[in-house]
Amino acid sequence: MNIPSQITTLLAGIILTLISFWYGQNHNLLPVAASRNAASVDNLFDAMLTIGTGIFLLVSGILIYSAIKFRRQPDDISDGPPVHGNIPLEILWTAIPAILVLGISVYSFDVYTTQGGMDPMDHSMAHGKAHHPMAANPGSAVAATLVAQADPNQQQAESVLQDPATNAVREDIPQRKDAPALGTVSPRVGASPDNSGTPPQLVINATGMQYAWLFTYPGTEVVAGELHVPLDRDVLINLSANDVLHAFWVPEFRLKQDAVPGRQTEIRFTPTKAGEYPLICAELCGAYHGAMKTIVVVEPQEAYDSWLQSQQVASAETRDRAVAGTVHPALIAANPATLTDEQYLAPYAHDMGIDAAMLDQLRPHQSHS
Amino acid sequence: MTQAAQIQEKGNQLAHGNKPGNWKEYFTFSTDHKVIGIQYLVTTFVFYLIGGVLATLVRTELATPESDFVSREVYNGLFTVHATVMIFLWIVPAATGGFGNYLIPLMIGARDMAFPRLNALAFWIIPPTGLMLMSSFLVGAPGAGWTSYPPLSLVSGKAGEMIWILSILLLGTSSILAAVNFIVTIFRMRVPGMGLNQMPLFCWAMLATSFLALIATPVLAGAMILLSFDLLIGTAFFNPTGGGDPVVYQHLFWFYSHPAVYIMILPIFGMISEIVSVHARKPIFGYKAIAYSSIAICGLGLIVWAHHMFTSGTPPWLRMFFMITTMVISVPTGIKIFSWLATLWGGKLDMSSALLFGMGFICLFVIGGISGVMTASVPFDIHVHDTYFIVAHLHYVLFGGSVFGLYGGFYHWFPKITGRMMNETWGKVHFWLTFIGFNLAFMPMHKLGMEGMNRRIAEYDPKFATLNLVCTIGAYLLAVSTLPFIVNATWSWVRGKPAGDNPWRALTLEWMTTSPPPVENFEVDPVLVTGPYDYGMGSRAKDVDVPFSEADDPALSAGPSSTLRAKPDPVVAANPSDRGTESHNRD
Ligand code: HEM
Ligand SMILES: [Cu+2]
Ligand SMILES: [Cu+2]
Repeated sequence: MNIPSQITTLLAGIILTLISFWYGQNHNLLPVAASRNAASVDNLFDAMLTIGTGIFLLVSGILIYSAIKFRRQPDDISDGPPVHGNIPLEILWTAIPAILVLGISVYSFDVYTTQGGMDPMDHSMAHGKAHHPMAANPGSAVAATLVAQADPNQQQAESVLQDPATNAVREDIPQRKDAPALGTVSPRVGASPDNSGTPPQLVINATGMQYAWLFTYPGTEVVAGELHVPLDRDVLINLSANDVLHAFWVPEFRLKQDAVPGRQTEIRFTPTKAGEYPLICAELCGAYHGAMKTIVVVEPQEAYDSWLQSQQVASAETRDRAVAGTVHPALIAANPATLTDEQYLAPYAHDMGIDAAMLDQLRPHQSHS
Repeated sequence: MTQAAQIQEKGNQLAHGNKPGNWKEYFTFSTDHKVIGIQYLVTTFVFYLIGGVLATLVRTELATPESDFVSREVYNGLFTVHATVMIFLWIVPAATGGFGNYLIPLMIGARDMAFPRLNALAFWIIPPTGLMLMSSFLVGAPGAGWTSYPPLSLVSGKAGEMIWILSILLLGTSSILAAVNFIVTIFRMRVPGMGLNQMPLFCWAMLATSFLALIATPVLAGAMILLSFDLLIGTAFFNPTGGGDPVVYQHLFWFYSHPAVYIMILPIFGMISEIVSVHARKPIFGYKAIAYSSIAICGLGLIVWAHHMFTSGTPPWLRMFFMITTMVISVPTGIKIFSWLATLWGGKLDMSSALLFGMGFICLFVIGGISGVMTASVPFDIHVHDTYFIVAHLHYVLFGGSVFGLYGGFYHWFPKITGRMMNETWGKVHFWLTFIGFNLAFMPMHKLGMEGMNRRIAEYDPKFATLNLVCTIGAYLLAVSTLPFIVNATWSWVRGKPAGDNPWRALTLEWMTTSPPPVENFEVDPVLVTGPYDYGMGSRAKDVDVPFSEADDPALSAGPSSTLRAKPDPVVAANPSDRGTESHNRD
């Protein structure tokens, strides 16, 4: 090998590296990062894109160079040199990718941990009873009980557990350890390590159904079709689905979690940028899957509080009428955002043969669920 | 100077068959592996066109943000059937059934497959099943995606869903039958003198593929049967209303369907190894490394499935486990890529259409591989899962990978299959149209997905309109790009320039008989006078210019004495230095 070719190789290497680093920083492919951990995911992506760009440029560079430089002359029918392979080279291009992907794995693991992925299951969060956020929330409890109503197994379990002694004996059955209702708890994105062990500052329950999200705010009677969260607060979303799979996705938070019927799961994050972001169902859920999206509004605490207040007033006004089942289903389908849960559920309740009296009866059961 | 190809041909004069085949056979229940191979290739190509029409309809709907072209239900049916056709009626049967059947017996010097009637049966399952799947549009096509996750698949149209389940069961059966046949054929029917380490790399790839199909497909069949019970008689294996768990279905499904992506790509890897080496006039670089990396991929491919389920509630330690196995599987894949590049390096590239598609494959597959490593990273996958980023990734591997490879295979083996050459100019037009159309259609999808466009939607946010329009234009260009190929192939089959036996001067045994080969392929057993990749053998003494190499040490040598090389049969080897060692597969 002569010196000029070494120099050109070196130059090509430097240019390739520079382009990769430049593109890794300036790709402009991701939307704004609006949650506390989004930036770390973006950095991870930048790093992978830098490496990826380098590899792609190397491979396509070799392909283009070969296509030009090693093109056969039309009258040349001889073969190329008999190079059959070389173990040191094989080791080299086994070892380098292996080191790269192991590096990416370690880095990903690290980001995943900061995101809260490794946060151990916190049973106090999921474990029913007084401090379970779901139990404290009339809105979602009604929803939960409605679903339970349709499930004879759950019904029987509940009636058996009315007896305090049985209840105490059965304290430890696996389902009850994990979930307030039947089914299992899905692993999820939990608290980031510095928040681990501390309860979230705000708990919201989200339920996916064809084709809307319903958000209930424990401690209030609010049921909303869009998600409001206060800025810079550590928020926990309890997720489940009523009918088929759905997935909760906010691209600006870089977070996604499937909502699985029969399972409870949760997702925890801290929004850091005020604004309105799309909240999208990312799991095929039927014909209107593409229309199943709403917004998440990240706003300062005061704005959030006054929004919640206005929702409470609105829900109190409409409740009685709704429980009587006088709201037309079409209206409900039209805009779940403005309805209370009873309003929303009224037609379903009607279909199930549940009347207002029964619904009322259900209310005191909430604390047992 | 004598060339390797001349040496190999001279050594096989006796084996050379003479009577070409009869085309009327192609329409009968023939048990000849070549007829069956061609039946597979033509049938699956027709299904590819059907799948392409469905894709074009999908893209037409997506040309504008509103759902304005077909109803939303029909849209879901279109992409579900599109994906099912492309996977189960095109790539899998074309690569394994088509090229596998045609080439494996020829490459190992056998007269036919081990079980010819089973082979015909495996093929004849496919056309009626394909028609049945198409007929689902009459009763409401299945609309739960090709993954068919319950509970949605249980509530969105029984008839269509049941047709889908039956099709998968039948096509799975066909694939299992073919796999058994390949394994037995490769182990039992190699010509004397051909050890496993002397087989062409396509045979190694088909061996790995067949093991995957054999291990994984029964699990899919099990899942399908349980799903049909849930659907028809109301059991609750996967239905949460009765206490079932939909996530269990996902595990069963992906236990097959991840290996399935390797079933779709491994045979293509094998074909690329043949194409690159022949058209670069150089031995394949690191024969054994490529062969064994296929086996490594086969093994690892069975333990990565849950990377499709990072957001569906997989425990953290499992997510980490599957992240790492998925990352590791990119290493043997990388070995292949670098080996192909090293094969091209310093060769004498003829830049024929076959090689163009081969090089196009390497370029595009690398992009799909890089986005694959990205999605293996759990935190990033949580963001892009179920978005257009995934649609982009899967098309870079399946279209940029498998389909480009299949086209390369068509150009490379067409002369053997038909006895005539394809037109090179139109081949190049075809390549560039496909390459440009493909990148236009799928490159922008990476950005769409990351910015927030989820997949499987008939309507989308207007802010994504421009890029989607670009994708749709690319898809139309792709649709047009198949025309030069169809015309070229049909015309060349009838009128093309006669090819002769070995137009590419290749060394593997399929080129040692007439084109098209006669029934039973060879007059007497062919022999490995040279190794399958001994290009450049005429100028043996030439010192090769490779870093770290030492000519005499087999472990370090880069030349003919390298341990990585596939050697000729020592009994008949043309070169004296290859004689005298142990001959494999002879008793
Ligand atoms: C003719 C060129 C093609 C075009 C324009 C095209 C277009 C598309 C589009 C737009 C989707 C997304 C549908 C959606 O999520 O809404 C899709 C999905 C898919 N395509 Fe293709 N495609 C083409 C060829 C292929 C090929 C050759 C294969 C495989 C071998 C393939 C396999 C798939 C698969 C597996 C899906 C996923 C479907 C699902 O989400 O259930 N496609 N295709
Ligand atoms: Cu959805
Ligand atoms: Cu996979």
